[in-house]
Amino acid sequence: MREISLHIMDIIENSITANATFIEVKIKENILDNLLIMKIKDNGKGIDSETLKNIKDPFVTSRTTRKVGLGLSLFEATCLRCNGYLDIKSELGVGTEVTAVMEYNNIDRPPLGKMEETIISALLNPGVDLVYEHYYNEKSFLLDTREVKKILGTEEINTPDILIWIKDYIKENLKEISGGAF
Amino acid sequence: MKTLKELEEIRQKTLDRVNQRKDRTTTRIVVGMATCGIAAGARPVLLAVMEEVEKLGLTDVTVAQTGCIGLCKMEPIVEVFKPGEEKVTYVKMDADKARRIVAEHIRDGKVVDEYTMHVVQGKILNDYKAEKE
Repeated sequence: MREISLHIMDIIENSITANATFIEVKIKENILDNLLIMKIKDNGKGIDSETLKNIKDPFVTSRTTRKVGLGLSLFEATCLRCNGYLDIKSELGVGTEVTAVMEYNNIDRPPLGKMEETIISALLNPGVDLVYEHYYNEKSFLLDTREVKKILGTEEINTPDILIWIKDYIKENLKEISGGAF
Repeated sequence: MKTLKELEEIRQKTLDRVNQRKDRTTTRIVVGMATCGIAAGARPVLLAVMEEVEKLGLTDVTVAQTGCIGLCKMEPIVEVFKPGEEKVTYVKMDADKARRIVAEHIRDGKVVDEYTMHVVQGKILNDYKAEKE
């Protein structure tokens, strides 16, 4: 993947496939500690402990179209390449939490990329609420779709006009907290 | 800078549309978004579809995403479901092709043949020229 945000999108897709209705995405760009930390947590159906043991094996997948599942394996490969790690915790009926850590200034680290596009792609799915928190050192930005739905007075925010507005909203705020680094 | 308060401005528009949509049949545009699709560039395609739908002011259109369609080497894949018509599958999409589909197929009702999937002698191709020859 060319951007880390594409890996994150892939993990969010997993959550949606697992029937999650609430997803938390947390990004921490901790430049002072030279760390990039990403957490994706959902309330989906969870993964049984047997599957969880081998989950990062590319030949373990729940998909039915073929026997290869590369999402987590690719994300882990990127983390390892950047002196980091990928950790996945899950409990059946409760949900799953994926944590990915990388060295911030590692030369092999792909750019974070267009997080705003990843978030609105996820929001296309009706019935998913999402909290997106992004830290850049001590500054932070938070988007909670429950708040958006409340303001709009509708549960239906998966339409192009609203999503494009949210995209620009995220983009502007990320630019603001990072001092223009995005 | 944008604040959430601005959302109030598009609120009425949204409510009108929601009411309108209830008694209409909508066209669905579905983009494949599994690992294969994402790696092949499905996200810019999805964004282009959304932006073009918004730009052309098409209201009776739903943009959605799905998992692996099962044809990873042809990704990014876009499927168009128009009410009462057969499903059309577009393969190896990019943002420009996606915008053309929204304008020509969704708005004008003309299928963009050269981007659709073709089967030649049992082999799936999307080479429009080869099929014509």
